[in-house]
Amino acid sequence: MNRVASLLRQTRRPGRLGWTDILSYAYLALGVVLMFGPVLWLVLSSLKTPAALLEFPPSFLPLTQKTISVPGHAQPLELHRVRLPDGSVKELAQVRRIGIQATMIDPANPAAPAIRVPIEAREPIREVAFAWSNYTEPLKQFAFGRYFANSLVVTIAATIITLLINSMAAYALAIYEFRGKNAALLMVIGTLMIPITIVLVPVFLVVTQLGLNNSLWAVILPGAATPTGVFLLRQYMLTLPRDLIEAARMDKASEWQIYSRIVMPLTLPALAVLAIFSIMWRWNEFLWPLAVLTKSEVYTLQIGLNAFQGELQTQWHYLLAMTVMTLAPVALVFVFLQRFITTGIANTGMK
Amino acid sequence: MSQTGSPPRAIPRDSLASRLIQGIAGLADRPMAWIQHAVGGRGMAYVFLGPNILFFGLFVFLPIGINMAMSLTGGTNLFLSERPFIGGDHYRSLMQCGSYLDPASCREDHFWKGVSNTLKFTLFQMVAMVGTALVTALVLNRKIRGRGFFRAVYFFPVLLSPVVVALIWKWILQRDGLLNGAITLAGGEKILFFVEPGWAMFWAVFVSVWAHMGFYTLILLAGLQAIPADLYEAAEMDGTKPMRVLTRITLPLLWPNLVVVLVLVLIKAVQTFDEVFVLTGGGPGTATLMVVQYIYETAFANQVQNFGLAAAASMLLGSVLFALTMLQLWIARRKAA
Repeated sequence: MNRVASLLRQTRRPGRLGWTDILSYAYLALGVVLMFGPVLWLVLSSLKTPAALLEFPPSFLPLTQKTISVPGHAQPLELHRVRLPDGSVKELAQVRRIGIQATMIDPANPAAPAIRVPIEAREPIREVAFAWSNYTEPLKQFAFGRYFANSLVVTIAATIITLLINSMAAYALAIYEFRGKNAALLMVIGTLMIPITIVLVPVFLVVTQLGLNNSLWAVILPGAATPTGVFLLRQYMLTLPRDLIEAARMDKASEWQIYSRIVMPLTLPALAVLAIFSIMWRWNEFLWPLAVLTKSEVYTLQIGLNAFQGELQTQWHYLLAMTVMTLAPVALVFVFLQRFITTGIANTGMK
Repeated sequence: MSQTGSPPRAIPRDSLASRLIQGIAGLADRPMAWIQHAVGGRGMAYVFLGPNILFFGLFVFLPIGINMAMSLTGGTNLFLSERPFIGGDHYRSLMQCGSYLDPASCREDHFWKGVSNTLKFTLFQMVAMVGTALVTALVLNRKIRGRGFFRAVYFFPVLLSPVVVALIWKWILQRDGLLNGAITLAGGEKILFFVEPGWAMFWAVFVSVWAHMGFYTLILLAGLQAIPADLYEAAEMDGTKPMRVLTRITLPLLWPNLVVVLVLVLIKAVQTFDEVFVLTGGGPGTATLMVVQYIYETAFANQVQNFGLAAAASMLLGSVLFALTMLQLWIARRKAA
């Protein structure tokens, strides 16, 4: 227990590493392996050929059997390292294999008579090779491109709508005094308590009544008004100087102009945080699209990927590559906006 | 919900984003001026508030009412006018149990299996999640080289989609996967993780902790960094033992944040669906079937779509969430006071 305790509150002394520091770094190193390892494994696996994926225990790098084209043979032949009866080791190409006997020829001298060796005496020569076709094939064979485009449309449209209506509501709740303001605030808090998990069936009914079934609007609209967004933006707008607004009113600016030309530009940092959140929510959304989208033309990426994992049980090579492609945009966003996202969350306590 | 620390740097006014907003806003100037002329300057508050409230009404408040009505009506039709009123029958069949401790004795055995799985999951997950997040936050709060990097390492899975997270781990845990490879190399026997109920639940908890702990670590880290440094300096001058510093300074001052995190984890855990659904499909059998999966399947995935029963089950789940959120708000108010 003492160990844990001292680990928790000691600082690095200059020039000397205490063992508590070593323990901390060990914990962090373990964390790196545990957090990055699985993703790295996914990426490496996604570049393996189906044959390499079947291997057990799995190899770390994507390896494939090295082959060689030999004149006189239509197909490229597998290259093996063979221990010959006289004890010498030679690289030979395999012509065929019957049972435990393999027929090998010397690729450098294909005219020479073939040698028969037992299969234990040969060891396949392998090289690192990336199966890029795992990435290109799904784009051709499956509707992966369409799902990607659907997700893009949903994410962009929903984020624009969210930013617009949330900022307008936040503006009203931050700047004006009006009858029903408290009721409106209470309503916003109330919606915090009602996640989509609770209202799946009735929202499905509303969407059906609006005639939006199996259109992307069915995914875009229901989550567009977010209580978190209203709170985040209102909180930020409350800190803006009131004089600015009063001065604009003196200058005969309309309320819309004040909102759009003065308040919105000043709220950009908070809008950016909300935009990042919204993009994250929408790109990753699963339960609601799963319930409402039944036609595969309108599947989003997440729903498509989930459908593939049911259908492609035996085609992991495609599934893994598609998983990487789904993950890639998020990874890019993270690399560029990491600091922004983490401070945004630390400041608001939301995700 | 409050902004702590200094607000982020303002973005320059002539930035692209800023100019874009101005350009688009210009298009609405005319119509908005007419509206303001009609309703007056103060009336504009309602105009600004309107769209958002309309969305809330249409997709949150109206549905709550419909949900209630749905749960009290029967039949398989989606439209309320076509559904006969049946009173509390759905609730009765949900609650009809030989013994509440034995889901198999219930009429809706999958619902109760879901309840018991969700409780189990929530309990394990809360302990594991808060435990790892706390330790990680404490380690990251030390003077560590490359803290930003390590913080990012723990945080990045938060951004991954549940489907991606589940598929990553499904690939590692499958019969001929990386983990079984390692076990075999170490001389062990392959374990069929998704065939044994205990293992399936373990990995469901593990994977959800893996995916979300970074978020809670971040909140706890913010709490730790808000503890005044002079308290620690004073303790060091007095030669206080590190263990005492932890129990007398760090933990008591972190306590409010810890409670917030606990309740947040609880609220999320009760609604668990995505990762577990993709990872195990609720299996083996019903060993990792959660309440939300029961609701989803009852309404949308089963041969006969029983919207009423699903609505009744979500009303029950909703009341639990309502109670938990009230608890959260009450704690937040006490923290603010």
